[in-house]
Amino acid sequence: MSVLEKQAPRGRAPSKHVVARTDEIADGAAKLVHVEGRAIAVYNVKGEFFAIANRCPHEGADLCKGKIVALFEADAPGEVRISRHGELVRCPWHGWEFDIRTGKSWCDPARTRVKSYDVEVQKGGALVEGPYKAEVFKVSVDDSYVVLEL
Amino acid sequence: MNVMPTKLEAAGAITAAGAIDCDIHTPLPRRTDLLPYLDEYWSEIVTSREVDVLELMTAPERTRPYMRPDWKPDGDPLAAMQKNLLDPLQLRYGILNVVTGAQALYDPYLAAAICRATNDWIVEKWLDRDERLRASLLVPFQNVPAAVEEIERRAGDKRFVQILTLAGTELPLGRMVYWPIYEAAAKHGFQIGMHTGSNLRNAPSHSGYHSYLIEDLISMTQGFSTQVASLIAEGVFTRHPSLKVVAIESGVTWVPPLMWRMSKDWRGTRIETPWVKDSPGDIIRRHVRMTSQPLDLPDDPAEAKAALSHLLSDEMVLFSTDYPHWHFEGFEVLPDGLPDEMLEKILRTNAYATYPRLGG
Amino acid sequence: METVLERSEKTEQKFGVVDCDVHPAFSSPTEILNYLPEQWKAHIRDYAMRTPNPFLGAMIYPRMTPGGGMRRDSWPPAGGPPASDLDFLRKQLLEECGIDYGILQPLAAGSTALNQNLGAAMCAAINDWQIDKFAGPEPRLKASICIPQDDPKEAVAEIDRRVTDRRFVQIAMPPRTMEPAGRKRYWQIYEAAEHYGLPIGLHTGAFGYRPNTSSGWTSFYLEEHFAASNSLQTVMSSMILEGVFEQFPKLKIVLVEGGFSWLPSLFWRMDREWRRMKSEVPQCKRPPSEYAKANFWYTTQPIEEPENNRHLLDILRWIGTDKLMFSTDYPHWDFDDPRYAFKVPLTPAERQAIFHDNAVKLFGLK
Repeated sequence: MSVLEKQAPRGRAPSKHVVARTDEIADGAAKLVHVEGRAIAVYNVKGEFFAIANRCPHEGADLCKGKIVALFEADAPGEVRISRHGELVRCPWHGWEFDIRTGKSWCDPARTRVKSYDVEVQKGGALVEGPYKAEVFKVSVDDSYVVLEL
Repeated sequence: MNVMPTKLEAAGAITAAGAIDCDIHTPLPRRTDLLPYLDEYWSEIVTSREVDVLELMTAPERTRPYMRPDWKPDGDPLAAMQKNLLDPLQLRYGILNVVTGAQALYDPYLAAAICRATNDWIVEKWLDRDERLRASLLVPFQNVPAAVEEIERRAGDKRFVQILTLAGTELPLGRMVYWPIYEAAAKHGFQIGMHTGSNLRNAPSHSGYHSYLIEDLISMTQGFSTQVASLIAEGVFTRHPSLKVVAIESGVTWVPPLMWRMSKDWRGTRIETPWVKDSPGDIIRRHVRMTSQPLDLPDDPAEAKAALSHLLSDEMVLFSTDYPHWHFEGFEVLPDGLPDEMLEKILRTNAYATYPRLGG
Repeated sequence: METVLERSEKTEQKFGVVDCDVHPAFSSPTEILNYLPEQWKAHIRDYAMRTPNPFLGAMIYPRMTPGGGMRRDSWPPAGGPPASDLDFLRKQLLEECGIDYGILQPLAAGSTALNQNLGAAMCAAINDWQIDKFAGPEPRLKASICIPQDDPKEAVAEIDRRVTDRRFVQIAMPPRTMEPAGRKRYWQIYEAAEHYGLPIGLHTGAFGYRPNTSSGWTSFYLEEHFAASNSLQTVMSSMILEGVFEQFPKLKIVLVEGGFSWLPSLFWRMDREWRRMKSEVPQCKRPPSEYAKANFWYTTQPIEEPENNRHLLDILRWIGTDKLMFSTDYPHWDFDDPRYAFKVPLTPAERQAIFHDNAVKLFGLK
């Protein structure tokens, strides 16, 4: 149930869409919205709203159905520390963790695109970001509405 | 069979002389070989109780695959090794792996005594007699404090370059009960050598014992991959960034499938073992090495190259001959058409990079 | 650094997909009791069904999602666990993924029941249940004859009972058998399978009679997940080296859910060892890989994802695309979607073979 409200287009200005009322998405929950033919998952993280493309870039699962989780890290076996509560989503299929703020997959080695379907591991790459990145959309709150920019 | 490095010499650009052979076998020491190194108590134990012929069922030295027919040992085995291997291949170093049944003994004190005595025998009968020889250190995994003690005891003798264990052990190698061994090893620069074979504390397969030796040998790749997986999953490489495990006599091409499967699974199971911080494929490239004999490859050299390229690293393979086992091929084990830089790495560079204790 | 979305373009398919690994579920833990005779209902109530699992109920390696490792979005809206509701399965799997046929693999505990009489009864019950709840009402779903493999006489009796029902297209046997699969103990099963022309599908299982590695039990699911595929390697080498395919040359074996990237290495290794040790196994008269190529098929899930996608093409070239059969493993978490699983370009002929023709031919689906 999204209400589309477009600003008059000015060259390449982004279009804004009201996609939900703020009280429709509880803290720690997600909502699937469709805007201009795109399926987008909108998350409420402690009152802040974020949006990423709904389709998991791995095999196409619905990220809006994923489990919203904290970040669990360990520098030594058995010593787990918890941070970033509610800021990651685990894909409902293969469990890949995506950072809701940035859309980045947590588990990818650094890669360089060579050509279509062809990727090579960059030597000694640190693990931060990779091709399995969910597209991120700018979200703001206007009065009691969640507004998404395309 | 011609052991001269004619294939490589013919290629011209690279010399095979001065290579490092990372898997050589001595005959297994018998009780009489070990008695000089056992005190009065242990001499009595091994004599009256006939502790002898510690030969593993899963690495049976007396059977056909373990000895080239034209190399039946008679006379001094070191002289034979020099004549058949060290001299003709002009090796710079050869690493001795004494795959003895000491690893399978149940009595933890007897195991420790036999390991110590075997190491003494290796020093006096082998290392002291040919300066090209290096060795794996036998430590009793079944007696962790004694294993740590043995590592500390030998830390000063740089001719021991790694500690020896097997593809099939009592617990997966990554288990925390073994961590003191890795701590001592890492402290002194010993790597972990994991040789084909099992102490048969566990059946070789999910379905129990195989009927045939050939099945046991074929199934060793499963053992190697599960050991590597354990070391990764339990965080041994997280704890010891300089530690490496060398899969000896393993076949090599089981490694890329393991990299792919484990990396894929890890992306979805990461929270189970969050101390595994990198993709297992990357961890394997950093921490796992494999000796080159045997190589499970197709006959076509182009396809063989393609198979090796799946490792996405030319730093992993270490040259070995597996002397005197029947599949000894000298340098012929290496597929045709490998680029010179890769050959140089296999023959020498990778061994030096893997074993910090090598070369004094 | 450019980001790349590594998924193959959704291919326009002119043929439906055959899914060679679908796991139907009981709608409640007691549902299967309705298919058991009274004596066994009472027995289970009083004594439970005992298996080699140290737990009665829990999984030794807990999965990453609820329901024993199911896709989070596969819970039927009308209730019940994933894959227990036929209507929802039709919608979410068959229709959404364009699937013409799904081959059922109930992960039947009957095959690993320690009480052999109960095990035989449970297998029969599960076979009845498959037809009643799934393959009967839905012609696109085909059943597997679950057998108590470590009780070969009963196993053959169950095969004999079911074989005329064409809704059964294969025999299901877990690979973590009590002895390696090539041993003589199992030969009556192979004789029956060959005689009836039914393939045997071995689906990697959650626990068995021995530790899951040759060095004991793993600590983590990360290790266990691929260790399960080791059991399929043992099945292959044991059957070949014991001479099963000399004895039963037309026997067809499907290795399910074990992946396939390890096959070329195993072929090269078996052949290399056989060249010098063939005198130990005179019953294996040809290089082992020849039997593998003649008598084995493999399902694709979990699809291999090499870091360099092109390497998958090498694997396909070395195995041959005539033996691979697509599978989803629905409703498990590591489900493969037929539209997106293969991240390398396949030729139309390869795609048709893997996603459709190989399975149609093997299972006699048309």
